[in-house]
Amino acid sequence: MPMNYTKLNPAKRWLVAASLGLHAVSGWAGIPIEHWTQASGAMVYLVQSPAIPMLDVQIDFDAGSRRDPPARAGLASTMAAMSAKGVLAGSATEAALDENALSEAWADLGASFGASAGADRLSFALRSLSYPDLLTRAAQLAARQLGQPAFAEAVWQSERERLKASLREASTRPATLAARAFNRAVYGSHPYGQELTEATLAAISVADMHGLQRSLLPCRARVTLVGALNREQADALVLTLLSRLPQQLTSDCPALPSVAEVAPLRQPAEQRIDFDSAQAHVLFGQPGFARDDPDFFTLLVGNYILGGGGFVSRLTNEVREKRGLTYGVYSYFSPGLHAGAFTVGLQTRPDQAAEALKLSRDVVASYVAQGPSEAELRAAKDNLVGGFALRIDTNRKLLDNVANIAWNRLPLDYLDTWTERLEQVSAAQVRAALARKLQPQTMVTVVLGATAPALSTP
Amino acid sequence: MKHLTMRLVPFCLTLSAMFATGALAQTAAVTNQFTLANGLTVIVKPDRRAPTAVHMLWLRVGAMDEVDGTSGVAHVLEHMLFKGTAELKPGEFSRQVAALGGRENAFTGKDYTGYYQQIPAARLEDVMRLEADRFASNQWADAEFAKEIEVVKEERRLRTEDSPRAMMNEALMATVFVASPYRRPIVGWMSDLDAMTPADVRAFYQRWYAPANAVVVVAGDVDLAQVRQLAEKYYGPIPARALPLRKPRDEPVQTGLRRIEHKGPAEQAQVALAFKVPGLDAAGLAGKAGTDDALALTVLAAVLDGYSGARLDRAMAQGADRLADNAWAYNGLWGRGPKLFSMGATPAPGKTVEQVEAALRAQVQRIARDGVTEAELARVKTQWVAGEVYKLDSVFNQARELGNHWVLGLPLDAGERLIERLRGVTAQQVQAVAGRYFGDDQLTVAVLRPQPPDPNRRARQPSVGLRH
Repeated sequence: MPMNYTKLNPAKRWLVAASLGLHAVSGWAGIPIEHWTQASGAMVYLVQSPAIPMLDVQIDFDAGSRRDPPARAGLASTMAAMSAKGVLAGSATEAALDENALSEAWADLGASFGASAGADRLSFALRSLSYPDLLTRAAQLAARQLGQPAFAEAVWQSERERLKASLREASTRPATLAARAFNRAVYGSHPYGQELTEATLAAISVADMHGLQRSLLPCRARVTLVGALNREQADALVLTLLSRLPQQLTSDCPALPSVAEVAPLRQPAEQRIDFDSAQAHVLFGQPGFARDDPDFFTLLVGNYILGGGGFVSRLTNEVREKRGLTYGVYSYFSPGLHAGAFTVGLQTRPDQAAEALKLSRDVVASYVAQGPSEAELRAAKDNLVGGFALRIDTNRKLLDNVANIAWNRLPLDYLDTWTERLEQVSAAQVRAALARKLQPQTMVTVVLGATAPALSTP
Repeated sequence: MKHLTMRLVPFCLTLSAMFATGALAQTAAVTNQFTLANGLTVIVKPDRRAPTAVHMLWLRVGAMDEVDGTSGVAHVLEHMLFKGTAELKPGEFSRQVAALGGRENAFTGKDYTGYYQQIPAARLEDVMRLEADRFASNQWADAEFAKEIEVVKEERRLRTEDSPRAMMNEALMATVFVASPYRRPIVGWMSDLDAMTPADVRAFYQRWYAPANAVVVVAGDVDLAQVRQLAEKYYGPIPARALPLRKPRDEPVQTGLRRIEHKGPAEQAQVALAFKVPGLDAAGLAGKAGTDDALALTVLAAVLDGYSGARLDRAMAQGADRLADNAWAYNGLWGRGPKLFSMGATPAPGKTVEQVEAALRAQVQRIARDGVTEAELARVKTQWVAGEVYKLDSVFNQARELGNHWVLGLPLDAGERLIERLRGVTAQQVQAVAGRYFGDDQLTVAVLRPQPPDPNRRARQPSVGLRH
């Protein structure tokens, strides 16, 4: 059924809906993102959302796991975890807080602050009530945790043992083992394929964590705020949050070394890993594309049709709905600063693995060869365009989207033009982009499970 | 669930609606409830921050309403609701919701079955029409069932059979409960899935999918009059039907310690303790039950494990000679069936499940002996109050809470009332329940004994089911 999608202009409607609460900022037609750069060089992005007395802040640094030294793979993620386990003494009135005193302090504020590492970003996230007295205390505590983490040796020794045990446990799980093999096959020696192992865990020291922490300079920070505060309050809050990082002039902000690109695959490869599990795990794919690739929008639509769209994708229809071979089958691109993987995955009873793999490969190959039909394209746009408002209807979702704009230096009207850009995608463009980005004949395949009939190459 | 996991694990402590502060009143419009002539309940919660809405249909029927031999049928039926109606072909429901810009899924628990769509608010009428249609006239060919039951078996393999911890929990529940239907897994035993027939599924639908057994929850950028009119239009014409008698199937009193071991391919052992405890119902929430012990047990669980660095973590999971790599506690509080206070831990390398089990129980005994501090009590209450504010950010979660509370027979303001009641719990009450419910007789202990992979062992033979 053709939908009259133009009836709904989600971005505009959001503004109308939110205008009672949002302090309207002239100059932006849709989601009013305010952006400025502090003297330190820190870039700040703010959406005022005063309806609920709360605030979410995300601080991103170019210090994700792609920058981990290969022998210390996992450094960013372990540093992130350890940053919550105590802070050093500050001024005379600020005693050191051990991990328990620190977590009690957060619990007493009804707030939370923590770090996590992705492949590209090392991110710190604060959630607090926005009542001024509470928020001031939360910001000061967050600043200490960001700038003066303790990284206590004894705590790290204990944490390292805990991580070692959980690595060993993870190695008994089919999904983990299949994903590891797939990442190695797709990324080769690129840091996107690195991960924490027992060997790298043993090599990581608290000195490495301090070293990484010292690289977090305000001039490298992208700070995104969504919540009940105005620009002046946001500016002061960000100053406080970054106040205990090493201060330097914007002009002194040293450039970080570049990281190599992911190498394309030259030939197909298949790995059969014998494993005693109730299901075989099947993964195949290849390096995809980076976030700044001009095909980004085209393939957002393109992958929705192939394996991204809930119950209505080609893969779900063929593998699950028509044949009952799996509970879940999917495809996705993971564009980052580099060409993240294109991945197709499913799990099925081991004796069905070869059939499900062949079927999925055929679906991908014929889709790449022929592209989507006009009806599929229309359906994809109806969902993505019609459902745009669902991507930004909570503070938390808005934070994700604005942090994405901040991180990728997208235009401030990115969310306002999003639906228009999707509408402009044509079936011919999707087909051309698929042909540029996907080479079914050279993909890598991992099948982990009980012995099944030999696989055929595509 | 059709797509996502059903965990009956602890996500539910961030209980309900807004804590009455002036600032929140602006956002929190009044929640309304009314009943159609056919017995169907409708709950409406306007929240106009964004032009989106969520529409949910909850049934007061879940895995606990099944009988032996057809375990898993509530969940299989949930899958089959996507397979057509008198008017729609298989898969057409999902295609139409997608075309509306919607997101959808469904879930099955022990106490309930639920279906939802998140849509642009302007599409509310379309999803109410679609949901009412499949609620009233779900139908599909046997061939659709034959495919979908295989999907459900794959779901069971994924979530349960390849997860030693899930297998241990399944064995634990089957031991804790003898007569209560809570003893069966939500997804069903594999043998029951193998033997399930289309007639089993249709019979369950006919028996339980009656208007008086359902609530529609609509939240978001909507208004009461509009929802009332749409509910009358689409759900109103569904004929009223009598509900079957619900047999109590009460769990007999446990009179001694039960203990099970599960062996599975893992590296880390696990121990889980399940104590039978009283729960909270609508009368208890209103302060009209004999005791507030269920509330005190919830505070006890929070003092043990309500924040990082709480008692269990500090006593068991820190330092060079720590006993555990993690430890947890959770109080069931409310549900249609019997309630459990659960604790568990993963032993640290070199430590035994026996040491960990003893340490978990010692932490409760310590509270029974010495009580809890006012600082701990204040801390867990602060977390709950703050959580009431954060909860307002998600209309979806608020709708889910309203649906869940209706299934349990609780009033619309149950969330708010619960926080009020929890805030009233004293240190003495917490100490008292720590001494009252944690003996041996009401306890069941489960242990996961890891089996290292045996390189000489032949790979497991696939169990081929009834695939057509």
